[in-house]
Amino acid sequence: MKLNDAVFGALFVLLGVVVVVHVQRFPSIPGQQVGPALFPGLVSAGIAVCGLLLIVSGLRHRASQPWFVPEPWTRSTRHVIAFLAVIAATVAYIALVDTIGFLIVGTVLLFALFVLFGVRPTLAAIIAVIGTLCIWFAFYKLLRVPLPWGVLTRFAF
Amino acid sequence: MDPLLMAFGMVFDPYTLWVMLGASLFGLFVGAVPGLTATMATALLVPVTFFMPPITAIAAIVTATAMAIFSGDVPGCLLRMPGTPASAAYTDEAYAMTRKGQAELALGAGLVFSAIGGLFGTAVLIVSAPMLADFALRFSSFEYFWLVLLGLTCAIVITAERPLKGVVSLLLGLMIACVGLGNPAGFPRFTFGSTELMGGIGMIPMMIGMFAVSEILRYAVDAGGHIKVEMQPIGNVFRGMWELTKKYPVQILRGSALGTLVGALPGAGADIAAWMSYAISKKLSKEPEKFGTGHVEGIVESGSANNSALAGAWIPALVFGIPGDSITAIVIGVLYMKNMNPGPTLFTQNPQNIYAVYLLFIIANIIMVPLGFLCIKAAKRILLVPREILMPIILLFCIVGTFAINNTPFDVGVMLAAGVIAYFLEQNGFPIAPAILGVVLGGMLEENFITSMIKSDGQFIGFFTRPIAATLGALTLAAWFLPPVIRRLRSIAGA
Repeated sequence: MKLNDAVFGALFVLLGVVVVVHVQRFPSIPGQQVGPALFPGLVSAGIAVCGLLLIVSGLRHRASQPWFVPEPWTRSTRHVIAFLAVIAATVAYIALVDTIGFLIVGTVLLFALFVLFGVRPTLAAIIAVIGTLCIWFAFYKLLRVPLPWGVLTRFAF
Repeated sequence: MDPLLMAFGMVFDPYTLWVMLGASLFGLFVGAVPGLTATMATALLVPVTFFMPPITAIAAIVTATAMAIFSGDVPGCLLRMPGTPASAAYTDEAYAMTRKGQAELALGAGLVFSAIGGLFGTAVLIVSAPMLADFALRFSSFEYFWLVLLGLTCAIVITAERPLKGVVSLLLGLMIACVGLGNPAGFPRFTFGSTELMGGIGMIPMMIGMFAVSEILRYAVDAGGHIKVEMQPIGNVFRGMWELTKKYPVQILRGSALGTLVGALPGAGADIAAWMSYAISKKLSKEPEKFGTGHVEGIVESGSANNSALAGAWIPALVFGIPGDSITAIVIGVLYMKNMNPGPTLFTQNPQNIYAVYLLFIIANIIMVPLGFLCIKAAKRILLVPREILMPIILLFCIVGTFAINNTPFDVGVMLAAGVIAYFLEQNGFPIAPAILGVVLGGMLEENFITSMIKSDGQFIGFFTRPIAATLGALTLAAWFLPPVIRRLRSIAGA
């Protein structure tokens, strides 16, 4: 997804202005000219100025740079699904891992992505189980990271 | 006890040696698989090194990156696909050599001169870092302020095709660094009442997102047919290396020196070193017409440049805490986690740690030769590893690894957001390296800026009253304002 520079420019101007306004509410330190607002204020003012310059350059190159150019892959359903699946899988992991547990969520995540990327289902299932167990063993057993058990808590070892 | 002996003791500890062997194999593998980069190797190592003693953790990163930069040459030579961006400069050349039946020579040159370049960079690191540290001991907040600003400027001038987009990327990085309590006033900024944001946005989750998750996304939209590997068995890659060394001593030296320098400049790493070196090699060659047709000269020069850049990048990272490339940006995060805060005092208070780093670099570049040879022998198998299986496993590893740093799912969210944002910014021509530098250096820049402002009573002229500070300041301002002025003058003269 390629956007015209002016679109980014507008976003950055907005971000810069919002932050500049926001930092005005930061407290000042008695007896000092510089407070916690100074540095982020300068940075966000800089972002706003750069945003303006991007708007100018985007409008100037309007002829060669359309507002929005979809990448070639966005026309291929398989690739769009794969892209979204990577994001969805991570979000689902964060949402579900505590209640359902690492072993199940990890296995399902791997299996789903394998199949989407074109691995045969039986092979995908086998590697998903092995892969999850390997990562679980390395982090839970060797490095003692408290990966949640979730619904399998009764069988925890 | 003598610090050098202590360093030997730490490095030649059996646990560290085993970790180095494992990290070598990991680095060779990651480098050889197209789509997995040396920076990604570092990002993936961080969660594991989190649980190791400091020197062992550094050992893992040093060896894995050195190996990955070399092994990136292997698929470049055999498949015309660079394994890491650092090999892209001479991939066509190496592939042309393979088609002429000279794969052994191309791979051998990549291996041997990678090791020589790496050792050269290490030598420069050993000589220059303590001298710089000695010099830096006299620095006050004014000098550090200008030094950081100069480093950030440098990153934009060297790397960005369009400086404006580089500046935006840098400012976004600085903005991210502002989040949380970690500012001179200790005031919670941009936390929106969230306790997780009090401590700031975690650097390591962000980097795992930017360097690993964004690569997985790139794979997801690019996944296509399988890689076809057709190759003849590879013979003795070391044959003819001595002749090459005798034939191209100037090129080896020039490549290594340029690589070290480019590596030491903030923001530019092994990939830019290799491109610049290849271009210079072609320009100064006696037979420039042979470049591109399978001529080994450019591979000798840029192959040594990209490995020397790795060591060069550690010079500013260790002495000033300013990363020379994206790998050392991650390393600095690791050093802080291990209470080995970079800076000149690292050299005076704990010299054994610094000696250990030198030793690690020397060992890594030496064991690269036999291990790299094995990697070339196993190339076919490595290149056949199905990426549709590898990528989901890397994703799960990233998730668990990110979680492991602070045991909080919030960090996993940071990782995902950083990965998606980095992917979109890069697609739109915003370079990522300045953002990383901004995040890593934001705290340091602000702290030195505020301290200096307080010391000089809010008068900006105070930033120029000390001689070194004034020089650094003048250099920084020159880097900002000279290029546009020169461009303007040129266009006036041209018109």
